[in-house]
Amino acid sequence: MKKIALFAMIAMVAMSCNNDDDNSSTPVNVDFLFTHNWDGSAIENSDFEVIQYTNAHGEELSLSKLVYLISDITFTNANGDVYDAGDYNLVNVREETNLMFTPNIQVPPGDYTVSFTFGFDDEDNIDGVYQDLNSADGGWNVPMMLGGGYHYMRMEGKFIDNTAAEVGYAYHAIRAADASTTPITLQDTSFEVNLGTVTIANNTEIEVKMNVAEWYDNPHEWDLNILHTVLMPNFDAQVMMSENGATVFSKGAVTQN
Amino acid sequence: MRLTIIAILVSLTIISCSTGGDGGDPYEATPSPLVIPQLFQDKLIDPVIPADNPQTVEGIALGRKLFFDPILSGDGTQSCSTCHNPENAFTDPRQFSVGIDGSIGTRNSMPIFNVAWNFNELFFWDGRATSVEDQAFGPVVNPVEMKNTWPNAVASLQADSEYPDLFLAAFGTSTIDSTMVTKAIAQFERTLISANSKFDKYTRGEVELTPSELNGLNVFLDEGRGDCFHCHGNPNSPLWTDNIFHNNGLDASFTDRGRGMVTGDPREFGQFKSPSLRNLAYTAPYMHDGRFATLEEVINHYSEGLVYSETIDPLMKTVSAGGVHLTEQDKADLKAFLLSLSDPSFISNPDFQDPN
Ligand code: HEC
Ligand code: HEC
Repeated sequence: MKKIALFAMIAMVAMSCNNDDDNSSTPVNVDFLFTHNWDGSAIENSDFEVIQYTNAHGEELSLSKLVYLISDITFTNANGDVYDAGDYNLVNVREETNLMFTPNIQVPPGDYTVSFTFGFDDEDNIDGVYQDLNSADGGWNVPMMLGGGYHYMRMEGKFIDNTAAEVGYAYHAIRAADASTTPITLQDTSFEVNLGTVTIANNTEIEVKMNVAEWYDNPHEWDLNILHTVLMPNFDAQVMMSENGATVFSKGAVTQN
Repeated sequence: MRLTIIAILVSLTIISCSTGGDGGDPYEATPSPLVIPQLFQDKLIDPVIPADNPQTVEGIALGRKLFFDPILSGDGTQSCSTCHNPENAFTDPRQFSVGIDGSIGTRNSMPIFNVAWNFNELFFWDGRATSVEDQAFGPVVNPVEMKNTWPNAVASLQADSEYPDLFLAAFGTSTIDSTMVTKAIAQFERTLISANSKFDKYTRGEVELTPSELNGLNVFLDEGRGDCFHCHGNPNSPLWTDNIFHNNGLDASFTDRGRGMVTGDPREFGQFKSPSLRNLAYTAPYMHDGRFATLEEVINHYSEGLVYSETIDPLMKTVSAGGVHLTEQDKADLKAFLLSLSDPSFISNPDFQDPN
């Protein structure tokens, strides 16, 4: 026991020595914290299954599920050097899993433009190859008849329709697919989110905010009465989701601890 | 730098001390790692095997014997296999199982296969057990099932002529306890792997599907028709379940609150775990209360029998009309596809039968 204590002390001393030696130029990891709000009001687990939001078109709605994929977090500095781990993260808002993500890459401290891809771009959207995504949520896959690959987002809940009935909706974002043509028409509807410039130092954490209300607005005011289900095979709906997505994400707090 | 070297030296010393120091290695039975089907290896993450209960030859054999042995029940008449019959993919063909004293439960038994791939590790219809081991503690003392006490079950095993030696071989001690009983049973259950259905062979490129099965697959995957895949897996996720809890629109009000009874969360009232759609040919009747005797009834439920309640899953569509009203052709094809997920080699596997 005494030996272990001694060892622990020595190890701590050794580690702190290391830190002192080289703190300014050693490449560092960067943490990302994903937070979610509806026009500024934070969305927590307890907010799910409560009809409490009103979208731009005027429908009252709840969330029951909000799971989405981001990939290719990229750091670009003024010299044009690009750092991209090429990995991905599946955020589950209700279950509060993967809200924190550290891309598997280290970047030298400095100023960077930070961006990521919502969903998978075509290069990454390869059918069935990611075992963790095949195993997540009963299979995060998109059926082959819609071109295969993976979901970008599953947002589900209930809304009050124009007959005052409570109806389920499934706002699922995928690569746009029109299966009525031969061959199938596919359009990459993933999009790049640019968070702007961030100063990266040791222990930088970047908050990425999703304003869920924006999925229903700007440029397309979303009418759930018409577009609440069977949106995966709806090519135009997918393009609209992608366009609405442009204003969904923003940079929140950047902290250096 | 010099400090780092000292640290390494010290830690090496500690490591060598602790391996040589306390006299004698702990007992280790013969390792028997799970044989992972190539399909699962290709598509899925690794199965869940607790670090403190590795698969061993002796443990699996003991678990198998225990699973089929009525010795665990209060009056020596009922084994796990009474309600989990290999012929039925390890479930019970009766709507409700009957306990040793004739009591009748309120839920349909569940099939047992691919449990190591239940990544959420929530077992029972309501997920109240949090591992395969944990699950196995339940039935022995459940008053409507084996109605025993653990001290009594352990005493019966201890007094038996064979079991103490078998526990010695599996766990290095002949002093039996309930934890070892559940570990052995769990090891056996993890070997119950089903990955050789007609559809699996199709995925592996070994057989063709019929046009009807292929259309059924399309119905299953089509968001506008079956849309089953958002809860029940897909060809790239070949467990055919999400192992998540949902209300699939069976009732307007609940006599059984399911998941909500365990969590106390009203948002989860009436939710049950999605069952795997593998081996449906052997697992009737269906649903948590075994209300449907046939797959036709199940398909009709999703097609036109959906009933609204507050916690109904948003994926249940056109609930006011009972569902999306599949055509008769699509229904028949969906059934044909579902049956292609059944695996005859699973129920006839000699390693899974009663050894006693
Ligand atoms: C009297 C009938 C009966 C007996 C005996 C019985 N079970 Fe069960 N088993 C059931 C029922 C019914 C359920 C579902 C109960 C529920 O969800 O509340 C179940 C559920 C299970 C599950 C959950 C499967 C899943 O995917 O979640 C496992 C595993 C299981 N039993 C294993 C066993 C083992 C091991 C034994 C023996 C120690 C055993 N059972 C004895 C009736 C029985
Ligand atoms: C929202 C998720 C969801 C969707 C979508 C869904 N199911 Fe289910 N399914 C469940 C749940 C949950 C159960 C268990 C419900 C219960 O017992 O209360 C179930 C039960 C079943 C069963 C009974 C299995 C057994 O062993 O008892 C079958 C068969 C089945 N579903 C087939 C289908 C088919 C076919 C479709 C598409 C038409 C479908 N399901 C769509 C969640 C879903």
